[in-house]
Amino acid sequence: MAQASEKYVLRLADNILILGQRLGEWCGHGPVLEQDIALTNIALDLIGQSRMLYQYAAEIRNDGSTEDDLAMKRDVFDYYNCLLVEQPNGDWGKTIVRQFFFDTYHYYLQEFLVNSSDQRLSEIARKSFKEVAYHAQYSAEWVIRLGDGTEESHQRVQSSVNDLWTFTGELFTPDELDREMQEQGIGPDLDVIAANWNKKVNEILEIATLQIPEETFMQSGGKQGEHGEYLGFILAELQFMQRAYPDMKW
Amino acid sequence: MSKNDNWKIWEVFIRSKNGISHKHVGSLHAPDAEMAIKNARDVYTRRSEGISIWVVPSESITASRPDEKEPLFAPADDKVYRHPTFYEIPDEIGHM
Repeated sequence: MAQASEKYVLRLADNILILGQRLGEWCGHGPVLEQDIALTNIALDLIGQSRMLYQYAAEIRNDGSTEDDLAMKRDVFDYYNCLLVEQPNGDWGKTIVRQFFFDTYHYYLQEFLVNSSDQRLSEIARKSFKEVAYHAQYSAEWVIRLGDGTEESHQRVQSSVNDLWTFTGELFTPDELDREMQEQGIGPDLDVIAANWNKKVNEILEIATLQIPEETFMQSGGKQGEHGEYLGFILAELQFMQRAYPDMKW
Repeated sequence: MSKNDNWKIWEVFIRSKNGISHKHVGSLHAPDAEMAIKNARDVYTRRSEGISIWVVPSESITASRPDEKEPLFAPADDKVYRHPTFYEIPDEIGHM
């Protein structure tokens, strides 16, 4: 029976743990209470989903590691999340654009994984898919309201679209591992995900009266563990307790 | 948290299960009706409280005036025969 590689599962898990951690930074700082709750809800959904994946990755590793070891004891270069999710929150508009780009990708990815040839990934995707579908709706609705809102919201959200665009290419650029997973029916054909993503993003940006950025240089490296300056700080906060008080329990 | 004059207040009604009517649960801020539903989902149904949500702009609610309490409600107080307390309600009926 098909089984994903540990690194592939970690990529899936790291994406949503790091994005969940970023969203958690909004806790207590949302523009209004309702958005504060909405974002932290999404954060908790994502962190919950990442736990199932870390448990699975730990089983594949099969050396006694636990989900906590994987989340709390790896350093920057052993994290395989895409660069998009580690980008700073910025203003509400930037957080929403980052979320919209990721959620839309995550939606089509999960849609595929529901039928993955890896039984466990398929079961996890079945559990996650409804949550992910809601996230994608929520962030798309906000992109529309901000883009087609006031002059200021339009201008701010457009500049976030332009700034974050460079991190979207990585999501759809397969490396050897992506191809291997695709061949075994474990992971998707990223060209198909890209086509769906582009269609959806075009559709929403058009409703939002926002411009698709020109073809631009695409950043990459996150999936292979090469990160920007931000991830170290995110991990420092995420892993503080474990680093300061190793193996503590509470 | 900043001031948001352009955000309306919405009253939220949740139906907890089929057969029960929507019940007022509170209010919230949202820029429009669609977002009000989403906010209500996050604020009021995250512990599986509901299966259906209504939102109504608070400004659309017309309320009775507190100083009219007497003429509106007092006359019903001494008409005990209006209360169906003399009937046994069969269990199968459920909520009346």
